[in-house]
Amino acid sequence: MEVLGHFNYWIVVVLMMIGFYALIARGNLIKKIVGLNIFQASVFLLFISIGKVTGGSAPIIAEGIEVYSNPLPHVLILTAIVVGVATTALGLALVVRINERYGTIEETEIADMDSAP
Amino acid sequence: MIAQLPALQVVIPLIGAPLCIILRRGTLPWLIALLVSWVALAIAASLLKQVADGTVISYALGGWLAPLGIEYRIDVLNAFMMVLVTGTSSIVLPFAYKSVGKEIPEDKHYLFYSGFLLMLTGLLGMAATGDVFNVFVFVEISSLASYAMIAMGRDRRALSAAFTYLVMGTVGATFFLIGVGLIYAVTGTLNMADLAERLPRIYESRTVLAAFAFISVGILLKLALFPLHLWLPNAYTYAPSVVTAFLAATATKVALYLLLRFGYTVFGADFVFNIVPSSEVLLTLALIGVVVASTVAIFQNDVKRLLAYSSVAQVGYIILGISYANVTGLTASIVHIFNHAVTKGALFLVMGCIAYAAGSCRLEGFAGLGKRMPLTMAAFVIAGLSLIGVPLTAGFVSKWFLVLGAIENGWWPVAAVILITSLLAAVYVWRVVELAYFRDPPADGAVLTDPPMALLVPTWILTGACVYFGIETSLSVGFAEQAAHFLMGGR
Repeated sequence: MEVLGHFNYWIVVVLMMIGFYALIARGNLIKKIVGLNIFQASVFLLFISIGKVTGGSAPIIAEGIEVYSNPLPHVLILTAIVVGVATTALGLALVVRINERYGTIEETEIADMDSAP
Repeated sequence: MIAQLPALQVVIPLIGAPLCIILRRGTLPWLIALLVSWVALAIAASLLKQVADGTVISYALGGWLAPLGIEYRIDVLNAFMMVLVTGTSSIVLPFAYKSVGKEIPEDKHYLFYSGFLLMLTGLLGMAATGDVFNVFVFVEISSLASYAMIAMGRDRRALSAAFTYLVMGTVGATFFLIGVGLIYAVTGTLNMADLAERLPRIYESRTVLAAFAFISVGILLKLALFPLHLWLPNAYTYAPSVVTAFLAATATKVALYLLLRFGYTVFGADFVFNIVPSSEVLLTLALIGVVVASTVAIFQNDVKRLLAYSSVAQVGYIILGISYANVTGLTASIVHIFNHAVTKGALFLVMGCIAYAAGSCRLEGFAGLGKRMPLTMAAFVIAGLSLIGVPLTAGFVSKWFLVLGAIENGWWPVAAVILITSLLAAVYVWRVVELAYFRDPPADGAVLTDPPMALLVPTWILTGACVYFGIETSLSVGFAEQAAHFLMGGR
């Protein structure tokens, strides 16, 4: 039960590792951005899980409801999602420019072209 | 008005950035950036004056009181950092007028100055805030702006350098965010002063240990401690000259400030040095970093790249001072944060002058420059001496404290390593000086001359500062000692 009860944290860990692996192991710059996104999404999930109170409802005052989930982590994550979107946009814009100047978005090919004088 | 200064410090550059976009014509964006930067410097100086006697200014943003609202907390350490950041930007921006004019297409100037102000906002925000999640937001503001600024370099390698920095910087910031999430989960607060009160009761908790690990790795990535420095050399080499000078002088330094703030204020020195073996880990990485980066710097063929590796080595010195875990070492670190910012700022501005005249900073292009560009190269020699740590320069003061701190702990081998690596610094500075002064310029090359005054004056102001702070240390060492005692006092 201990393991299943924390299943959302397990998903966080698994997603984080998938994202991190893609980020490191993939040579294609777009795939790296995808990996980065999965990595960040796992952290968003971690924060949201922290805010959940067992049996709590959405933090909107209503009659007959006594237990509310903590809204603060959710609000923090709204900010972090905005930051993540900005990072993704900037990263993709850089990939477009790299493609224009190098003619490729494969990391190894770019490294080869950089080391050539 | 005076009471609102902590907020204005961050808000004025933030408002300046979109203004640059709206008033995009001609020199207006530059004027706005310059004005904003000077006003910010005046605010930072006035804040430093207010907190110089050890008072702490607490400012509730939007009137929401801490710990629920975001608190800006100004003490002597971050006021000192804000003076450093705004001071550098105020000197670098006059330089930018000509340098950016040459290195960046004219239709992109307004974007450049807008990005510059966002970078400034982010760095000042990181320093001013007393809320750990707010730190993350400002880290990302300054980082996103700096990725875009680095990508503005002329060489296409600037783009791949910016992309690498974006990936590594985002991983660092996300690690930091994980750490923030974990300490929020165990303490239920994000306010630094509040955390400092609640964390000691749960020091042994595994969540706190994990949070500390994530936060420190995230910050160490940002400040480019060996072996997490891989983004730095290319980013510094291919960024526009002005951006390199500003980033080298401020971005890694504010990240170092965050390390101090989290280590001493949030987690507490007792946790950092007694429960977690930070001293040993930092000492090892710093020593390897200093030796490796200094050695690698000797073999570089691009002087900007050489100086970038030297920056990695200097970060090693600063971390070394922190690892001593005594007041002298901490003072040495804070003094070196300041002195190295001044020295590296001066050296990268010299690179800007040379890039302006010659178009590149390749080492072979330096042959005979001592005669052709006497004022520029003289600045390089003086700032270079400060980088090595020769007496009567700023670099000597910080190395002096570093050696003193090592001896205080009885770490004689560490003191020896500091002296030996200073010799390595002498070797890489000498490589450039030897080419510039003892070789004839190539017969077929274009005749290079000193750049215009608009570039030389800012360069010489920082070069002069290298000497000034080597002789008159009451300002730099005085505030650093005060800040070190403040941090060690556990506040």
